[in-house]
Amino acid sequence: MSRAVVFGGAYAIAFFSFLFGPLIIMVITAFNSSKFPRIVPWDCFTTGWFAELFGNQRLMEGLLNSVIIGVGVVALAVPIGLAGALALSELPSKLRAMLYTVLILPILIPGVVLGISTIVLWGQISRGLGGAVQAGMYNGYFLTIVGQITFVSAYAMLVFIARLQRFDATQTEAALDLGATPGQAFRKILLPFMAPAIGSAAFITLLASFENYNTTVFTVLSESTFTTALASKVRHGTDPSLSALAVIIITITLVGALTNEAVQRRKEAELGGKASRSPLYANPLTRALTHPGVVFAILVAIVATVSYVGSKHDSSVCEAAILQDKLDRQAELRAAQKAKIEAQEVEQGITVPKPEGGFGGAFGGLGGAAPVAPAAPKPEGGFGGAFGGIAPPAPSE
Amino acid sequence: MPETSPVSSPDRSVLLDHVSIRFGNFTAVDNANLKINSGEFFSFLGPSGCGKTTLLRCISGFSEPTEGRVLIGAKDMKGVGPNKRPTALIFQHLALFPLMSVADNIAFPLEVRGVGKKMRRKRAEDLLDMIALPGIGDKKVSELSGGQKQRVAIARALAVEPDILLLDEPLSALDLKLRQHMRTELRAIQQQVGVTFIYITHDQGEALTMSDRVAVMSKGVIEQVGAPDQIYNRPRSSFVASFVGENNALKGIVKVQSEDMAALETPMGTFEARVGGGRKYKPGDEALLFVRPEQLVPGKAENAFQATLSRQEFEGATNHVFARAGDTDLRISMVNGGLAGSVGSTGDTMSLGFAPMNATILPVGQIASEA
Ligand SMILES: Nc1ncnc2c1ncn2[C@@H]1O[C@H](COP(=O)(O)OP(=O)(O)OP(=O)(O)O)[C@@H](O)[C@H]1O
Ligand SMILES: [Mg+2]
Repeated sequence: MSRAVVFGGAYAIAFFSFLFGPLIIMVITAFNSSKFPRIVPWDCFTTGWFAELFGNQRLMEGLLNSVIIGVGVVALAVPIGLAGALALSELPSKLRAMLYTVLILPILIPGVVLGISTIVLWGQISRGLGGAVQAGMYNGYFLTIVGQITFVSAYAMLVFIARLQRFDATQTEAALDLGATPGQAFRKILLPFMAPAIGSAAFITLLASFENYNTTVFTVLSESTFTTALASKVRHGTDPSLSALAVIIITITLVGALTNEAVQRRKEAELGGKASRSPLYANPLTRALTHPGVVFAILVAIVATVSYVGSKHDSSVCEAAILQDKLDRQAELRAAQKAKIEAQEVEQGITVPKPEGGFGGAFGGLGGAAPVAPAAPKPEGGFGGAFGGIAPPAPSE
Repeated sequence: MPETSPVSSPDRSVLLDHVSIRFGNFTAVDNANLKINSGEFFSFLGPSGCGKTTLLRCISGFSEPTEGRVLIGAKDMKGVGPNKRPTALIFQHLALFPLMSVADNIAFPLEVRGVGKKMRRKRAEDLLDMIALPGIGDKKVSELSGGQKQRVAIARALAVEPDILLLDEPLSALDLKLRQHMRTELRAIQQQVGVTFIYITHDQGEALTMSDRVAVMSKGVIEQVGAPDQIYNRPRSSFVASFVGENNALKGIVKVQSEDMAALETPMGTFEARVGGGRKYKPGDEALLFVRPEQLVPGKAENAFQATLSRQEFEGATNHVFARAGDTDLRISMVNGGLAGSVGSTGDTMSLGFAPMNATILPVGQIASEA
């Protein structure tokens, strides 16, 4: 039995390190001042990478573009998805199956294809219309919104279909019977029922729009979104400012998840009748404290405080020290090298005449394990340090 | 019904004028032709799938008849939508709005008609008083018991004072005790508001106890319309005779008919009985004789015959006796006569008889299977 426990424990640890290990490492590297994202060796604790991230013009412009495009996509894809789901639910079952496949197709088509076809189609249309319309249409914002909607609205539709399947159609009939117009029945009965699904559809479509690359990289033309900007940055090599970005994203996710959990727990307690019995809900203070709004506010306050304190952190002294330390070590190394070479010269002093010392140094540098720079022979002093092994022994003549 | 109705009582009658409803080739309602009077408590009684809901949805405007007309208050309802008809429907599963409070549910019909918030609140409270549930307006629907939901649904349907209240088996989800209680309550509410109630049920007890008149349906056809005692005592078809209440059916051949009495020859003997449904038989026609368990009396001289006692079920006030005569199983209900009232034990031969007026001869037809 104890063996099973050990194995189980080991497996659990392995599993969770596999899941969360990369995230944890990435979070730590965001606070190391080293130019390359790493934990060991640890240089200095710094918050400078966040500043570096926010200072990145291209990323920040992309972020703004992503927000603009995301809002546009949500505003259009959610109603389109809702309309599609409602239309499907009204159709006879044979037609429904067919239309369902058609509406789902954009999800299955590769994003690259959607992106290119969006440019081609709208390019044609806008050229046909010409003038100011062409300028308004054939730009990165419009094309990206249109291109993303083709498949993002299908996601929204799936969310709505799932919710609609749980809707009791007699509710609408009851509303009509009690004198509501079809419009009133929709607004007062169906829409409130769909409200949670509208929330999740908006969230999912926003995420899908934000993180999309395959389609966007074509449709965005000369602009860039956060995701495309990030991708081109990564192509030129990573630095810890990306880790800082990861920290921000993880923080947002955690705040969202915890708030959501608070909402769910409260709802469950209220529905299950637990709320009336729980001492947590009896006390007005704890009841207020566990309210999702308060939980959210507390979390935001914590994040804001940490961010503020972090932004005041100055690691320049430590970094200067590290830099000094590095220079010192370099100088030390150089000195050690010099000493070594001198020792060699003394040893070989009889065979090698003194004036050709430069040559000897160059050869010695090639033969030995020492780096290029410190191989300079004694007489050349600073010069030798600068030109190293490649310098010809000209001045010695 | 001459209830204490409002001063100028509106015409709250419903006329089904040769109404047929078909789904493709399938006829769900076949030529329904009857008038439901203003202020009446009228029930449609029939087994599952006989077309009751279909007919009700047609009256409330969710579907149009394939043939015939529906008139409410003498007005043809063709093309009038459910939200424009003076009817309110209480659904089989009530269809209360779970996202609204009880008061908002009840005031919904007022809200969609643009009545102000204060007025709505007031009316909701009045209605809650009427259904004897004051002060629950702020509760959620999910916090109510089955019977409370029931009454809230009725209050909601009555909020704008419809002329016709349609109820689709509203009590079927409740347990027996509550069902019996709600029967009386429904009847009381109906008499209080004077609205025409059209009530649907497959429970004959419900239909008989509450209704002014009952229509018995089978397979889309309205077999008989009449007051509960008429339906019970004067069935016009073998379906009605076998569906409403317990009945014994004896098969035989008509020997002679004179006016509304006839003699039927059965394997157990020749019996005289009333002819049901004003029909004419020729001697030699096959027919069924229906006699209720409580009409079979031990030792009665009229229509006497011998039977063998096979089993008894004692149920306090009544004693259900099962006997066999020839190849027919009979059911006899006897009032408990105390210690002296014993009928004997299994295997005993007993003599039974019944009054000719209390038995009905009907043509051979559909027999409702035991539910
Ligand atoms: N929309 C429809 N399309 C086809 N057939 C239908 C439709 N609605 C009802 N039917 C059929 O009409 C018949 C009567 O149905 P209805 O719902 O009126 O029965 P009911 O008497 O209310 O039964 P229950 O007591 O079980 O509710 C059934 O056989 C049913 O299958
Ligand atoms: Mg029904």
